[in-house]
Amino acid sequence: MQLTEIRIAGFGGQGVILSAIVIGKAASVYEGGFATMTQSFGPEARGGACSAQCILSDAPILYPYVSRPDILVVMSQEAYAKFTPELKEHGILIVEEDLVRIGDLKPGVKVYSVPATRLAEELGKRMVLNIVMVGFFAAVTGLVDADALRKAVGDSVPPHFAELNLKAFDKGFEYGVAKVKATVEAGEVEFHAHAIPFAE
Amino acid sequence: MKADPAGVLTGVHFLDGDHACCEGALAAGACFAAGYPITPSTEVVERFAARIPKVGGTFIQMEDELASSIAIQGAVWGGAKAFTVTSGPGFSLMMEHIGYAVMTETPCVFVNVQRGGPSTGLPTLPAQSDMMQARWGSHGDYEVIALCPNSPQECFDLTITAFNLSEKYRVPVMFMMDECVGHMTEKVIIPPAEQIEIEPRRKTHKPHDAYKPYECNGDGSLVPEMAHAGEGYKFHVTGLTHDERGYPAMTVAAQQKLVGRLRDKISKAADDLLLVEQDNTADADVVVVTYGITSRVAQRGIDSARAKGLKVGKLRLKIVWPFPDQLIKKLSQRAKAFVVPELNLGQISREVERAAGGVKTVCVPHAGGGVHRPEDILKAIQEASR
Repeated sequence: MQLTEIRIAGFGGQGVILSAIVIGKAASVYEGGFATMTQSFGPEARGGACSAQCILSDAPILYPYVSRPDILVVMSQEAYAKFTPELKEHGILIVEEDLVRIGDLKPGVKVYSVPATRLAEELGKRMVLNIVMVGFFAAVTGLVDADALRKAVGDSVPPHFAELNLKAFDKGFEYGVAKVKATVEAGEVEFHAHAIPFAE
Repeated sequence: MKADPAGVLTGVHFLDGDHACCEGALAAGACFAAGYPITPSTEVVERFAARIPKVGGTFIQMEDELASSIAIQGAVWGGAKAFTVTSGPGFSLMMEHIGYAVMTETPCVFVNVQRGGPSTGLPTLPAQSDMMQARWGSHGDYEVIALCPNSPQECFDLTITAFNLSEKYRVPVMFMMDECVGHMTEKVIIPPAEQIEIEPRRKTHKPHDAYKPYECNGDGSLVPEMAHAGEGYKFHVTGLTHDERGYPAMTVAAQQKLVGRLRDKISKAADDLLLVEQDNTADADVVVVTYGITSRVAQRGIDSARAKGLKVGKLRLKIVWPFPDQLIKKLSQRAKAFVVPELNLGQISREVERAAGGVKTVCVPHAGGGVHRPEDILKAIQEASR
């Protein structure tokens, strides 16, 4: 995998950091690559702005920060407003569609939207929206192996919540697969898994 | 000797630097920690408190940093390997007891996950501005050892080194992390216990009546052997200047002998205490001297400079104190300039300048709260190479 910069952002309490941990762990521990995850948050525990940065690569990562993400996952309007300007042209934008209204975007940006909170509520726990998001991320980016991600989900949450979180992952993943299929059929965007543009 | 498997969490993990530091301490055999948790170091003791009941040992959340920094020394004299964990404001409160550990030759580790200062400063944001405090913060003349990791893997590996060096030299070791490295999560490989080398305590085996607590063996080592409380040895541990028996000795001669030895046991071991990473320094015009998180940020600036055809080398200090004077001196015979980016307004850069003996030294200061922009480091390299 070429060096790929990912930013995940939302409110504190949405599980932003955990979702980045799952992606980083899957890519590094279970797929044998390298991942660096850093985070920034305010002093408040919940409700404040929260952002995690995850860099994936098949070589050791020296510079640990995201400056121009290839992939941006946003779960709040504030995060959308703050971080969308730094998204690369032809980058991928993944949004929680009930929480984010999209405005003008750079040329070539591919947008994938998912009602992650609603899907999580269908499973009985809004809390797992972050893992729904990770499942959706896996399906639409094809960047990290889904089974590696499942393993990472399984051992990153408390054991008695593993089953629920795996369900959440699958729900997001299936929603993403369907979304990609529909998008391709409609001819809106040509979708290539593993073909994220890295041009700099 | 090899590590006790009880504390070694062998496997491949995805850990932040704070947690990796805790695992390093456990692997090194630490069975006692006392602390007054403070951001951004809290996760170290949080994990230790959760893990230690299963490994076998004790964590005490103390009433403050003064108590924490002396409780660990009591534990050491009782036979434990011990450490405390803090950040700037707490580190300031520990200074008195760092001097006590130096004077009493109590092997222990002080972890400082640096954040922006002075005072309460920037609790959740990085700095490297306690580097001089680690060296000079307590009163009196003394030498300590200080290490700077730049990744979670090194937080694990070098924490073990920190404990080992503290035992080998009977000196408090400063483990100088920063908020970035502490809160950065990466893959950390923890090897099996039998692959982890542990420095045992320098314990005495002399007959009880022949033991003098601060007597050197005559084998050339400047580090005396240690007895633990409850083993039948008579000893006195005091911060007062003392003779070989540990008795207070208020004379010029006793002071010179003791303080001289405390200095010499570190300064004369400079070769053993050289731990650096060198990259293209042999034929470099400009050598970037760097440590901790800044070494990773600087790499971008270095790479850009090399892409422009500049001959740039990198010297990364894993052990910052004692300072590698001889190596800087050697590099200064070839290099035209040194560039020292650091998250402070000029601390280690002055050491480089001193050791470089007149070779141009350019500090790239940063007051903390973030990291350097790689282009600022590139600019400094370009200017230095002119």
